[in-house]
Amino acid sequence: MILRCIACLCLFALSVPSHAAFNLDQLMQDLALNKGGRARFVEKRYMTLLDKPVVSTGEMRFTAPDRLERRTQTPRPETLQLDGDLLTIERDGRKISIDLVQQPQARIFIDSVRSTLSGNRGALEKDYVLRLSGTPDKWQLALEPRKEAIAELMLRITVGGRGNQIRHIEYLQADGDRVELSIEPISDQ
Amino acid sequence: MTRPPHRILIWFAVLLAGAVVAWNSRYSADMSFFLPSRPSVAQQVVIDQLQSGAVSRLLMLGIEGGDAVQRATVSRDLAARLARIKEFVSVENGAAGSLDVDRGFLFRHRYLLSPAVSPQRFTIEGLRSAIAGSIDLMASPAGILFKPYLTRDPTGELVQVLGGLNNVSQPRSREGVWASRDGARALLLVQTAALGSDTDGQARAIGLIEEQFAQAKQAAGVPQLRLALSGPGSFAVQTRALIRHEVMLLSLISMLGVAAVLYFVYRSARLVGLGLVPVFSGALLGVVAVSMAFGVVFGVTAGFGAALIGEAVDYSTYYFVQSGSEGTGNWCKRFWPTVRLGVLTSMAGCAPLLFSGFPGMAQLGLYAMVGVATAAVVTRYVLPDLAGSESHLAPMKSSSTRAAAAVFGTLRRFRWPTLALAGAAALYLGLQHERLWQPDLSLLSTVSESEVALDASLRADLAAPDSRYLVVVPAADRESALRAAERTASTLDRLVADGVIAGYDSPTRFLPSQAVQSARRAALPKRDELERRLLAASVESPLAADKLGPFLDEVEQARQGPLLDRADLNGTHLALAVDALIMPRAGGWSVLLPLHFAPDRSNTPTASVREALAGSDAVFIDMKAEFDALYSGYLREAIRLSLAGLLAIVVLLAFALRSPRRLASVLLPLVLAVVFVLAGLHLLGVRLHLMHLIGLLLIVAIGSNYTLFFDSEGGALPNGTTLKSILIATVTTAIGFGTLSLSSVPVLHAMGVTVAPGAILALLLAAMFMFGRGER
Repeated sequence: MILRCIACLCLFALSVPSHAAFNLDQLMQDLALNKGGRARFVEKRYMTLLDKPVVSTGEMRFTAPDRLERRTQTPRPETLQLDGDLLTIERDGRKISIDLVQQPQARIFIDSVRSTLSGNRGALEKDYVLRLSGTPDKWQLALEPRKEAIAELMLRITVGGRGNQIRHIEYLQADGDRVELSIEPISDQ
Repeated sequence: MTRPPHRILIWFAVLLAGAVVAWNSRYSADMSFFLPSRPSVAQQVVIDQLQSGAVSRLLMLGIEGGDAVQRATVSRDLAARLARIKEFVSVENGAAGSLDVDRGFLFRHRYLLSPAVSPQRFTIEGLRSAIAGSIDLMASPAGILFKPYLTRDPTGELVQVLGGLNNVSQPRSREGVWASRDGARALLLVQTAALGSDTDGQARAIGLIEEQFAQAKQAAGVPQLRLALSGPGSFAVQTRALIRHEVMLLSLISMLGVAAVLYFVYRSARLVGLGLVPVFSGALLGVVAVSMAFGVVFGVTAGFGAALIGEAVDYSTYYFVQSGSEGTGNWCKRFWPTVRLGVLTSMAGCAPLLFSGFPGMAQLGLYAMVGVATAAVVTRYVLPDLAGSESHLAPMKSSSTRAAAAVFGTLRRFRWPTLALAGAAALYLGLQHERLWQPDLSLLSTVSESEVALDASLRADLAAPDSRYLVVVPAADRESALRAAERTASTLDRLVADGVIAGYDSPTRFLPSQAVQSARRAALPKRDELERRLLAASVESPLAADKLGPFLDEVEQARQGPLLDRADLNGTHLALAVDALIMPRAGGWSVLLPLHFAPDRSNTPTASVREALAGSDAVFIDMKAEFDALYSGYLREAIRLSLAGLLAIVVLLAFALRSPRRLASVLLPLVLAVVFVLAGLHLLGVRLHLMHLIGLLLIVAIGSNYTLFFDSEGGALPNGTTLKSILIATVTTAIGFGTLSLSSVPVLHAMGVTVAPGAILALLLAAMFMFGRGER
């Protein structure tokens, strides 16, 4: 889930025109130039336990290299902040701090996202098999876990983009739950 | 006088008995030196916390050096080793899994522990809203923690139970174990079985930690790692070691210094040895008296003995020097009354200290009184027989007498300038009196700044509790204590809602009272009824009722299950948390509810908390404020007692001298000495505290001995032998107290820097104002 929040930021990274040959290296280079920005999000979570998806919407902001703020507006106001390895969630007037190092599950999400955001192909390929498809106007990057520890939790992560923007991320979890994140950048100009 | 050997035998027997008592006495160098002997309710809480509170048993460990992986390896190994040792009740290093037991316990008993459980919670509407809340939570990143429990706990009771738990921030982690914020240290938090007041137990625990650490780093092959350790127990152990070391060293220095001076004068090792006999007797019986009266001897009291050596040796000096010209019989007639009056004056000055509520001060008073009196009595009744009739010194040569007279005659000329200077000094002190005394107990602490800094950095990184603010509620037994905590908690909840406090801890979070537990259990509907309501509540919910079979089963299980008691917590960290907050005391129990204030507030709104609790039996305590109040209470008391001591001396002298004029002339040099010492210390930037004050009293008590000798000569220059004996006595006293000024124990240092110059000044001023008085 944390991945979702952060992955949306990838869209800001893709500000470099895709005039060069479109391949994984080019995509990663563009991602590495990510300096942060603001976006609206709509997140749909399909859980096998639930008959309907849980939908949440809100706004998020990313500051390179690893600061993220996500303000959920519906269904309930909530503020989430990621600063380094410390995740702080404020909800119903309560504050919960989670050290990601102590949450291996969450750590997997974060690590994959960080590597994607920073365009660290080496780190990504250590954990995932990467598969890029489509055209520069409508591309898809699939991440499939190499390691047992990750595969136990996550079947596949798919990042979709159009031109130089990430627009969509989908997580397919091992327990059958699925998360769809749609991202709409807000221009600051 | 008839059967001299008899006396020596009695004295010897007393010394032997005294040695036995002293050998079997308990010596302490911990905080109890400072703790009040007649505490108020709030002070008693502070004392309990210091001596047996959970915080007083915490030791913070930092592993430094090497790389993060090496530190984490040793951290894990050390934690495992310490966990096997019975001296430690808990060892935490943040390794994953260590909190699983706690979480399992909380989840298992969630229907007894969750504050949200009530009959309303299990109505159709209550279920609908609680389940909707849990589903909303699934949309949050926090939901990842609770998703596995959704079908068993759709109303989210675990969230309720854990809600407060996570409010307290956890330390950072590196390589899976706790680490400092900069990552350079791996951290562990250890709770000892030994109480904070059990310095031996703390020393043993620290020894074990160091030994196990050495083995762990050896086993891991990383000898370059270092251990940093802090905590109240560590401070106590270090303080004790320091005081022990200093008491030995200072006594030795003082003894050698005094012996050297005496040898210079006596030129006889035998006489030096005999001269020290009254000193040893006094020091020994002083310790015996303190041990018998207080049951424990503070290290600082024993350290004071180093100074007493210089003072008590005066009496044998008087005897040896003065009896040389007069013979023993004449000495008893001519000089003993003056010596006796001096001894009585010293005792009268120290006597009010016995009534101090500050046990350290009372011990010093008793020790000084008994020590001085014993030394004088031994000098008068034992020493002459012990020494025999040949042990006298030749009278001072007339040339030396003339030289001394010349010096003192010169001094006389400075009377008026001295008085003017004293007036100026008194005026200065009057203007500065607001700034003279430091109302800060930490001035008396031996803990060094680097140790305080280490403690603060470990504490901040570990987010270890310092429990400065507490609400304390007394109760008759454990159950009523828990109920009292629950009553108080409702007040505190309002304060949290109003933003006055950020939060609070309560033992009832993990162990509610039986009353609350059975009310919660009674709120759970029977299985059939719950199922019916759940179906109705789930009509439009995305979470279908048919998936919630585990929920129905577990509620039924809780409904029929037993209530929790303290023993159920065994094996979890929660047991410690509960025990730390609810503890037996004399005649009942106390519950502690530590308060957390938002750290960024400039002034903590303690008044609002006091106001909210007014009228209830709950007491709000600010530990630091209590300490400060305790200390200013001591300071006020010390001022009162010092004045009482001064008054006692004046009354005694007035009675003995029977002349206002003589009384004034005996007191004037002493008062001036006090004024000069006080002004001098303040000018030098010394931060004066109550031990300086006691020092001032000692200047008067000791200095009066010298002025009395001048007085007994009626204004003529004391004859050679008297002058000689006074000079030697002053030098040895200055050596004794001067040695204390070398001490790094603030209590001893303060007395040293006050009394040593004070004694010399008292002599010079006595010569200046009293010698030659009769000539005008």
